[in-house]
Amino acid sequence: MLTSVELVEFAAKNGIPIWALDASIALVLALAVFSLCGLGVIVLVYMERKVSADIQLRLGPTHVGPRGSLQLIADMIKLLSKEDVFPKHADRWLFRLAPALVFIAAFVGLMVIPIGPRLVVQDLSVGLLYVLAIPSIAVAGLIMAGFGSYNKYAMMGGLRAAAQMVSYEVPRALSVIGIVMLAGSAKLSTIVDAQGFWYIFLQPIGFMVFLVSTLAEINRVPFDMPEAESELVHGYSTEYSGMRYAFFLFGEYIALISAAALTVVLFLGGWHGPGPELLGPIWFAIKFFGVVFVIMWVRWTLPRFRIDQVMDLGWKVLLPLALLNILITGIVMSI
Amino acid sequence: MISEIIYFSVFVAVGLTVVVLMLGIQKLLQTKRHSDAKLSVYECGNIDVVSDPRIQIKMRYYIFGLLLIIFDVEMIFLFPWAVVFKSLGLVALIEMLVFIMILLLGLLYAWRKGVLKWT
Repeated sequence: MLTSVELVEFAAKNGIPIWALDASIALVLALAVFSLCGLGVIVLVYMERKVSADIQLRLGPTHVGPRGSLQLIADMIKLLSKEDVFPKHADRWLFRLAPALVFIAAFVGLMVIPIGPRLVVQDLSVGLLYVLAIPSIAVAGLIMAGFGSYNKYAMMGGLRAAAQMVSYEVPRALSVIGIVMLAGSAKLSTIVDAQGFWYIFLQPIGFMVFLVSTLAEINRVPFDMPEAESELVHGYSTEYSGMRYAFFLFGEYIALISAAALTVVLFLGGWHGPGPELLGPIWFAIKFFGVVFVIMWVRWTLPRFRIDQVMDLGWKVLLPLALLNILITGIVMSI
Repeated sequence: MISEIIYFSVFVAVGLTVVVLMLGIQKLLQTKRHSDAKLSVYECGNIDVVSDPRIQIKMRYYIFGLLLIIFDVEMIFLFPWAVVFKSLGLVALIEMLVFIMILLLGLLYAWRKGVLKWT
């Protein structure tokens, strides 16, 4: 909450209603978050290309800008000037709404993540629940894309996305219960403040379950069943082109940003680090890029699972492990 | 509460504006040429789709959905319990264990019945 007393007084003096004040502050913050995550997407796409190139002994982008760093800008201009192809049989509204829904769901999820002391848009007391729930609305967008494009590959991709996200939703949410028990709050800033000792050491099982199910939740390899380009062409986004396709890409990378930031907040002590409090965001950024690097590393070294293996892992391994984690945490805390 | 809802709606509005704006820019920049083959659905080189892609998916799907609902509700119950766990102590843990065990038995039953097999 950034609403200071003086602002409220100023508004009262000039006859501005409180909701208008709130809305204008929210607008400024939303634009700030959008530019920050836009910058984040540019950096992460470049990083992904360079990391994958390094792992596969290639060079990656080299031509556009210094060391190819402006490649994404060039790609954006290309995508912007592409024709907006609308397949013959596609369902008008589902096809149009799907990319917007995927993008907005991922973007709105960023609202509660604290990147420094008091540096958060809205510190909800149910922040953890919010950040688990809202970004997973994106799965509805994926089903809509699959159903709306009137394409068998897209249909299969969308349904796989649904099955996978449905299965990994449960272990992901259960794996953070241990943290809520330790911190005594579901408010993300309180969870960060409670971490004198990083929760990755107190909750190793919870961390493993959370990381694996996060990978599945944001559809990264080895869990990229919905896209699986070697079997489903391009999954749910097969029929998309131009900007609409770009919004799927955006949504995916913003989901990556929020997942990595959430991992830092929950398990790696958030903005805590040596030095004055002012360095908080820098520590946060360092940990954030560490987590992102691990996720990319996993993506470019592991092969893809089969869909039945994915479902088995979710229900038969991760879910019992997450419950076991709650049990152990409870017993240790009661003793 | 009201202020949080306002923040949420402003964020959704900004997201929507970005989408509309970008699609508008694309509309200005694009060159549109009509061709039947371009508009047809992609499917292994055929000019048109062979059959309706909106097929029925198998029933397994529905059971996964049911399991999700059950465990999601359990999760919703666990969150408030976990927040106040420190002050409740051992009794609360045992009570919650009974609750989880019942659900776990259900999962084991589904497992034994072969519901979790994806074939």
